Amino acid sequence: MRYITAFRDGTLAQGLAARIAAEADPARAYHLMEFCGGHTHAIFRYGVQDLMPPNVRFVHGPGCPVCVLPVRRLDDAIELAERHGVILATYGDMMRVPGTARHSLIRAKAAGADIRMVYSTLDALAIARDNPGREVVFFAIGFETTTPPSAVAILQARAEGLRNFSVFCNHVLTPPAIDHLLSGPDFAPGGKGRIDGFLGPSHVSAVIGSAPYEATVQRHGRPVVIAGFEPLDVMQSVLMLIRQINAGRAEVENEYTRVVTRHGNRKAQELVAEVFEIRESFEWRGLGAVPRSALAIRPHLAAHDAEARFALSDKQSREVKSCECPAVLRGVKKPTECRLFGNGCTPETPMGACMVSSEGACAAYWSYGRMREPA
Amino acid sequence: MCLAIPAEVVALEPGDMAVVAVEGLRKRISTALLDTVAVGDFVLVHVGYALHRLSPDEAERTLALMAEAGVLAAELDEMQGGG
Repeated sequence: MRYITAFRDGTLAQGLAARIAAEADPARAYHLMEFCGGHTHAIFRYGVQDLMPPNVRFVHGPGCPVCVLPVRRLDDAIELAERHGVILATYGDMMRVPGTARHSLIRAKAAGADIRMVYSTLDALAIARDNPGREVVFFAIGFETTTPPSAVAILQARAEGLRNFSVFCNHVLTPPAIDHLLSGPDFAPGGKGRIDGFLGPSHVSAVIGSAPYEATVQRHGRPVVIAGFEPLDVMQSVLMLIRQINAGRAEVENEYTRVVTRHGNRKAQELVAEVFEIRESFEWRGLGAVPRSALAIRPHLAAHDAEARFALSDKQSREVKSCECPAVLRGVKKPTECRLFGNGCTPETPMGACMVSSEGACAAYWSYGRMREPA
Repeated sequence: MCLAIPAEVVALEPGDMAVVAVEGLRKRISTALLDTVAVGDFVLVHVGYALHRLSPDEAERTLALMAEAGVLAAELDEMQGGG
């Protein structure tokens, strides 16, 4: 427990806070986006914002897989379970996300659809083995960390001849999302928001390495520091970003060297490349259509691709009215600026994905920040 | 879902599988994403897959932080519930 005590008694944290305060130039502002929802929660849980000088602000990013999945894809998953009668295996986080007309997987399940929460793709494979007469679809969501397990499951299904197992693939990619944010009007001069640098995600970077961020950093001139998920990692990474910004540098730096390398986990990358190809475009909640930002299953594995196997209907999918989740995900609004926040929308009765997910910014504000952060 | 939890490898099984132990819980996981893995290694487990190896110190520190943050119990529950 010595490490926790070290943060709690504040020696290291206070030391870092003092260095940040000393090096942050009072004449400028530092708007730092933490891409990953795990970082958002660490920042709130440990009160890291309170340890920063007033001109160093965290901007919460879209790195919450449940949050960025557009409502249409959720409606499609519900259709797979309700109309096609498959066993839909899903990570638990998706269950309560509201779809069109506030339908959800949990409501569909209550109404009789066969929807099963799983911890792992390994469990979804087991369901397929146990139910040879049923179609089993795994509802795959997530960033680069969660993609390799989906790849392994598809290859395993092929190896075993599990013809009743397929994957509804919604995997998305981090670097194109960063690129897209910086390319759009929100963060251009005079835009609604501002980002001076990024805290890069921990586990995503463990898989892809630090190299894939380099092109984006060169193109947009904003530094990225890959940060571990502990509060001291976050503070150290903030200091590294401030030093880059002060020096007019924009580079990819790696604070989380105990886990992340420049090239990442090659074996995981090879498995992903064998199974998936890049979609030309994919819709994200909040970000809209983002070029080359998501993965689809390669044609030679179409037997295990739910999109190839089941006809999904055209739908008029709609978000819950007045939910500000899209603007929150772009980092241009705070959760407290949404009129539903705490006003009908809470983790118990979520009206938007950002309040459902344990990685969502609204859930973080609700759990830790609502008393502290002025609206 | 995005969390990853450190665990110790206690047995290797055929087909790139292993049994890991964490906080008294044992769980079968996949090691398909690692090149090599040995009994006694600490690995970071994400949705049933070992993502990478960790030093024992790093594993201990991460577990302690997760416990303090109140996310360890939920993660263990999720792991256990998933079979």
